[in-house]
Amino acid sequence: MGFLEWATSPWGQSVPIHIAWFLIWVSAIAGLLFLMVHATYVMYFAKAREFAGDSSPQASAGIPKHVPRHSLVARLFHWIMAASMFTLLFTAFLPKVGVQFNWVTYHWIAGVVLTVSIIFHIIHASFWLDFWSIWPDKTDVHDAWKRIRRFFGMSAAPPRKFAKYPLENKLFHGVIILCGLSVILTGVFMMSRVRTIFFPRNPYLFSDMTWGLMYVLHGLAGVGLIALVMMHVYFGLRPEKRAITKSMIFGWMDRDFYLKEHDPKRWVVETSSSSSTSSRVEGRGLTDAG
Amino acid sequence: MAVIRDVMPAFELFQPSSVADAQKLLEQHGPDAWVLAGGLDSFDWLKDRIRKPKAVVDLSGIEELRSVRTTGDGIEIGAMTTLTEVVNHPIIKQKYGLLAQAAELVASPQIRNQGTLGGNVSQDTRCWYYRGGWPCYRAGGNICYADTPEGRNREHAILHADRCVAVNPSDSAPALIALDARFVLRTPKGERVVDAEDYFIGPEIDITRLHILQPGDLLTAIRIPSTWAGAQFYFEKIRDRNVWDFPLMNVASAMVTSGDSIERIRIAVNGAAARPLRLKAVEDAVRGKPRNTATGEMAGKLAVQGAVPLQFNAYKIPLMRNLVKRAISGVEEATWAS
Repeated sequence: MGFLEWATSPWGQSVPIHIAWFLIWVSAIAGLLFLMVHATYVMYFAKAREFAGDSSPQASAGIPKHVPRHSLVARLFHWIMAASMFTLLFTAFLPKVGVQFNWVTYHWIAGVVLTVSIIFHIIHASFWLDFWSIWPDKTDVHDAWKRIRRFFGMSAAPPRKFAKYPLENKLFHGVIILCGLSVILTGVFMMSRVRTIFFPRNPYLFSDMTWGLMYVLHGLAGVGLIALVMMHVYFGLRPEKRAITKSMIFGWMDRDFYLKEHDPKRWVVETSSSSSTSSRVEGRGLTDAG
Repeated sequence: MAVIRDVMPAFELFQPSSVADAQKLLEQHGPDAWVLAGGLDSFDWLKDRIRKPKAVVDLSGIEELRSVRTTGDGIEIGAMTTLTEVVNHPIIKQKYGLLAQAAELVASPQIRNQGTLGGNVSQDTRCWYYRGGWPCYRAGGNICYADTPEGRNREHAILHADRCVAVNPSDSAPALIALDARFVLRTPKGERVVDAEDYFIGPEIDITRLHILQPGDLLTAIRIPSTWAGAQFYFEKIRDRNVWDFPLMNVASAMVTSGDSIERIRIAVNGAAARPLRLKAVEDAVRGKPRNTATGEMAGKLAVQGAVPLQFNAYKIPLMRNLVKRAISGVEEATWAS
């Protein structure tokens, strides 16, 4: 049982045509196993989180009751992307597991929506948001090392509180970028093989081998997204992450949650007292790139 | 690529004598099984060694699949009834002549003696890229070789193409749709009866099949209700060689008139898409209208709305328009227009 399906091209060349569809189930089961292991770990084994230092009363005093986290534009992008991603996953994989319907048109339209929203997001995050807030920094790496040592019972100082995004969030974002850009770039080219309103069909744009590899990459990234989306939805529903999920709906998170999880020095929030002088330590706190 | 070797790949041959046994075998072997009716489509695939099933279930020994029975409301034709038997059956000729006309235009007398009604409606497409063993969409690949600027697509689809542009080659299918027939399937979950038009599917639903039969399913009979018995029928088939060929396109209609006006009508064409198309919009548009040239022309124009020709099959648009026009207004009324 191979991971790829192969065929013989008209020129006698053996070319990959797509992934083996059992990988859909591999990804779904892997995602499910992750959720079960994580939920069991959190329920029975995880210790209370401990962070180094604490917010000074002076810093805490200026924090508003509702800490702004995601702008309206960023939230709209997130939910548009989510809707298109779900549409893409359902239209791509339901027919492969036996639910047959007219999926191609919905799939490419959702793909166009995702592509446009991602292009918007890249421009928006690059020029209007704090681009680097979603990328791991040195502190994340040092703190991750501390957390790993502590996880295995070795001595290490407690890590610092998080900046705007925890390291796990940043890593997830990185993996989503890889998978997302893979499906988008391959998907845009694959649109030249179906009838759309954008350009005339041209199945001979690339060689059979290049097309085959493109379909394989599209499929691998697509099935990868099944597990990734399952994980994302799972964390969005977990009770301890509810404040973060809420912030993606309402745009803000509670002051208490902010002070408990986030370091005001790493994620500077504009307060009423600081707005005129903009006493930021790092980054531009009102913005986000996630 | 297809290399005709005339020696079929080895498979296990089963010759059940009842539908129950056949279905048990089909369930047992699932996707590895191949249903053999008259064998006219099957032997191409097997001799070209493009399809290599592990098990072939030959239905020719099942008597219950091979008869025409009258029922309370019409007739029931066993799926293994040969096309010649359909053509010559007195009740079919008398009341459902549309089917007899269509069946009589299938291929040659020898082929009609061997070919079955079930096989005719369930046969695979004639797209030569697909039948040649090329890894196209329909064969599970990721390309349509026919829908390219250089592709040989003279016989291919002008409507409802979705990546694959192959067409359904059946002559009896549009006649059965026009007669409002129902197809009786035996599935692992029990008997299922579907409208003729729902038996066929396009590439947008499943790009690898022309009909809804899944592994383990069996088409056992076709029921034709008396609704259209004795109506005015029209069947016309256009093909390259009039002695023996698959249709470039065909049209079938059943019509009941009241005076000069069309009281009710069912009309279907095949060879225009991957499934035979019932032209509901045309039926609605002409109902109550006089049966004349003007109505026929209007119907023809309506029928081809949304047609997208390929590089070499633009002729199918006027062909379809004219066939529909002739089916509505009658051959005498309709002058052929390009």
